[in-house]
Amino acid sequence: MSESRWVEASADLPVRVVLNGEPVTLSAGVRWTLADAVRAHGLTGTHLGCEHGVCGACTVLLDGEPVRACLVLAPQADGRRVDTVEALGEPDALHPVQQAFRDARALQCGFCTPGFVVLAAWLREREPEADEVRLREVLSSNLCRCTGYQPILQAMRSRP
Amino acid sequence: VKAPPFAYARASSLDDALELLHEAGDDAKLLAGGQSLLPLLAYRVVRPSHLVDIDALDELTGIRPAAGDVSLGALTRHAELERAGLEGAARLLALAASHVGHLPIRNRGTLGGSLAHADPAAELPVAALALDAGVVLRSRGGERRIPVAEFFVGPFTTAIAPGEMITEVVLPADVREGRAAFKELAVRSGDFALAAAGVTARVNDGRAARVRIALGGVDATPVRAMRAEAVLEGRELSRDAIAEAAHVAASACDPVDDAVTSAAYRRRLVERLVRDALTCLGDEAAG
Repeated sequence: MSESRWVEASADLPVRVVLNGEPVTLSAGVRWTLADAVRAHGLTGTHLGCEHGVCGACTVLLDGEPVRACLVLAPQADGRRVDTVEALGEPDALHPVQQAFRDARALQCGFCTPGFVVLAAWLREREPEADEVRLREVLSSNLCRCTGYQPILQAMRSRP
Repeated sequence: VKAPPFAYARASSLDDALELLHEAGDDAKLLAGGQSLLPLLAYRVVRPSHLVDIDALDELTGIRPAAGDVSLGALTRHAELERAGLEGAARLLALAASHVGHLPIRNRGTLGGSLAHADPAAELPVAALALDAGVVLRSRGGERRIPVAEFFVGPFTTAIAPGEMITEVVLPADVREGRAAFKELAVRSGDFALAAAGVTARVNDGRAARVRIALGGVDATPVRAMRAEAVLEGRELSRDAIAEAAHVAASACDPVDDAVTSAAYRRRLVERLVRDALTCLGDEAAG
């Protein structure tokens, strides 16, 4: 085995992903997380809160399933599909879940919102019939320190 | 928050992973789903010299419930355990998996990773112990299979030798029969359990057989409550028998005080969790 198999800690490596539908090559440090890599690519909607998997602010979809982007090493995303909050809507054309969050005042400081919106939009699409128990179970994944969660649940109950 | 420096390589096959692991030496770590390792790196609790990424190795995925033993690939995700339709006592793995962290964590975390990490409060080690699982360890030199009861050595410490990796977890064929229940209490949903109880048994004509009671969060490793199991063997899962077994399980375990709660509370919790889990088994048996 040659030494060249190893990428040294100081090196960058290419991470080929389909990011929000576009094939791109991210340049990532070996120690970067997927969240670092998408943010460095300019997609700063993915927020980093705790950076150790507790808060869920960095939630993205990896091959269509929600994951904590701070708990995926950037090179691990190579060859996979990544969808971030930027895929959902534009300021003047909100995704129905984003509109529902706005209508229900389901955010205050907004720091946790991208993670919640990504998770909530996934749940709506995947399980449109999710009941109250399921909503609470899935959303318990993410932390919000402003709203007390009730407006977030209310936005989700409105079935946007 | 940045991980400490490490050299990284992605394995292209199982053999390649073993070669890389050998080459990297004693301070290397395997990276699979990363749901425990990446937080440890973020906190710099661990400082591996090398990471061998095995996350994408198809050879280590999949549940093969053919005739004979049930084989689960080391990279079986918690979410897959939940959805796999495991039946009989083996359903304990699905029940335990549903308590691990949160949905996005369960999409990434792996069975092999959870066992290798060996957190004394983790759920899947408890289930593996109750199911008499075998852990298959592979190195360049060959393969060995050890019972899970000998696999956990202490907190975050296992029998995995340098250069070895878990390739699969094997359940005995008879886990297809019987029933399973898993109960835990955590401060918040998704947190590690203060204590957890996984139980399995066969119930024939109302009488329990092959009872297994495994506990987590109460000792350095997951533990079997064998005296409590013996209490129930051949008996009806009556209220009294269940209460007696739960009491014996609690008396026999040896939790410690920690920052979260006291040993005395944990012991009471064990009694309650074991009682609830066994009651659940009995109810299922009744119909």
